[in-house]
Amino acid sequence: MTHDIHLHHITRVEGHGNIVLNVRKGRIEELRLEIVESPRFFEVMLKGRRFDEAPHITSRICGICAISHTTASIKACEMALGIMPSTETVLLRKILVNAEILQSHILHIYLLVAPNFFGVGSIIPMAGSHPEVVKRALRLKKAANEVCRILVGRHVHPVGISIGGFTRVPSKNDLGEVMRTLEAVVPDMEETVALFKDLEMPKFDRPTRYVSLHEDGEYALYGGMLYSTDGPPVYPIDYKEFITEEVIEYSTAKHARSGGESIMVGALARVNNNYDVLRSEAKWAAKELGLRVRCVNPFMNNLAQVVESVHAIHDSLNLLDDIAGRDLRCGKEDGMKVSAGRGVGVVEAPRGTLYHDYEIDENGTITAVNCIIPTAQNLANIEEDIRALVPEILDLPRKEIEQRLEVLVRAYDPCISCSTHFLEVKFVG
Amino acid sequence: MRPKIGVFSFTSCEGCQLQVLNLEDELLHLIEQVEFVNFREMMSEKGENYEIAFVEGSITRESEEGDLERIRNKAGILVAFGACAHIGGINVLKNVCPKDMWLTATYGRRDLFSDTIPVKRIKDVVDVDYVLPGCPIDKEEFLRFVQALVLEIEPRLPDYPVCVECRSRGNICLVEQGRWCLGSVTRAGCDAICPTYRDNCTGCRGLTEDPNIKSLFNILLEKGFTREQIESKFGLFNGLEGISGPGSTED
Repeated sequence: MTHDIHLHHITRVEGHGNIVLNVRKGRIEELRLEIVESPRFFEVMLKGRRFDEAPHITSRICGICAISHTTASIKACEMALGIMPSTETVLLRKILVNAEILQSHILHIYLLVAPNFFGVGSIIPMAGSHPEVVKRALRLKKAANEVCRILVGRHVHPVGISIGGFTRVPSKNDLGEVMRTLEAVVPDMEETVALFKDLEMPKFDRPTRYVSLHEDGEYALYGGMLYSTDGPPVYPIDYKEFITEEVIEYSTAKHARSGGESIMVGALARVNNNYDVLRSEAKWAAKELGLRVRCVNPFMNNLAQVVESVHAIHDSLNLLDDIAGRDLRCGKEDGMKVSAGRGVGVVEAPRGTLYHDYEIDENGTITAVNCIIPTAQNLANIEEDIRALVPEILDLPRKEIEQRLEVLVRAYDPCISCSTHFLEVKFVG
Repeated sequence: MRPKIGVFSFTSCEGCQLQVLNLEDELLHLIEQVEFVNFREMMSEKGENYEIAFVEGSITRESEEGDLERIRNKAGILVAFGACAHIGGINVLKNVCPKDMWLTATYGRRDLFSDTIPVKRIKDVVDVDYVLPGCPIDKEEFLRFVQALVLEIEPRLPDYPVCVECRSRGNICLVEQGRWCLGSVTRAGCDAICPTYRDNCTGCRGLTEDPNIKSLFNILLEKGFTREQIESKFGLFNGLEGISGPGSTED
């Protein structure tokens, strides 16, 4: 069987990417996941600028994970300058990180993944055929965006979230509104579990190295140790011993590996690594969806996102209960003391572990920057998956092979703008 | 009319496209009023029969120029969609870094992806009919804009500064508090969201028609900021708008 596949600009993913696959007599001769998004050079742009501009500038790396970038950037600056945010500040940031996970996962599972199962090319025809599904998706997405709007003005490029605290401290009324917003969509989330329970994910197993943050007693999203399924935990500051990046000639996004192996990051990796500390409601969802850890089917990342969405809502409600009894000491202090230092801010973005590493000099000028983006960490693994999957599906008609590969890539929810930007599939002759 | 719309993306974070999907309450009505025929982030279909093209992002590669020209030739109306398209956005910071650093600092070698070029605004490559400013675009402004097109009314942007909206929201002036803010020379339409959350206005919506930059410069100098610092703040979004860089603020 000979296939020349070139899927150009894979759709319903964030950014521009291609799959090039060349199969001769049942053997893969050529396989590339090409990232063709234009490089943006954020690491270069930040050099020479004042540290407090970094969160605003790096938010613009990605519209979908703007809060994750802002948070990682803030954490890197705080570590470099020796600033300890208040407990209340951290609680609010955790609610925001949850909100971004919810918003991003809902966008992915409903708007990008679900159309496939309904046999259509986008959510638009579903508005006519399955209006209740579309409306529910929009209600959930809106709830996540509302949480961000109330606390930090908006989700895409948040304002008021800052090094040391918040420039605008939310009121008790604001927090009440956040709580009511999230409580209102609990039934919608349950319906979501019921919907996805009935959608069958393709069968495909390939064990790999799952990487995420890990913390005792808490489902680690805002912080924790770097954790891999095969190896001891590592402190974030030592991430360079844990993860390495290499330049790939056909990809403007680098490929990251851990211990020389390709890795998977994101919802499935986190659920695999941290299942025990998921909220009980999320564990119920996992059970309903048939997601049992350790799950080695990358297509199940879609369902892991459903599980995490359940967790994000209930965890935030819990955090809000915690905040309710406290004075909101989360205002940003004036007159930060600037000193030279290095800081590494690590956070779980919706698509996986995100690293920001800055060196700052005694004047507050950034002198060195390194960012490692979740999608860059998944790229090598996606290629390995395609390599393993293609022989299993080679007898299918070419159109179906293309579609299956696109579904596989999409299951990783790649964010190509972030990793520079993403996807097209080329079948070559 | 039910116009056919294409949404296209060049170098950007794709956050402005996301703002369209973030219109949760209006999205279902919107898709009744307009027909999306090409919107890669949302749909698999790739129609070429669009009448209105919303173009997000800046041009940062030679090959993107040809792609943009093709879109321009097909679209009756082309809208520069968001700050990257409109004024270059945060991407412009790349232009002030030494060119030989771009590739070596990012990839450690200069032979790969060397088709990267200094950032251009959409208007530097093709004619632009309308602009929707902001980083990101304002969702409500986008809706009003689409409504105007559907009703065949000439869309208009506010020509007054962010300061007007900021005052009407009852905010205390950040500049009076000794902080920097570009709201007095930046086009309104965002409802002063940043100063309302006590964050600086970074000028993401571009300048007003007749900005009094000299006056803002003098005030900020009086508040103790250096010329270099002020120019650097202007450069965050407006580096290509002819107001930062040596000499440009002298007169």
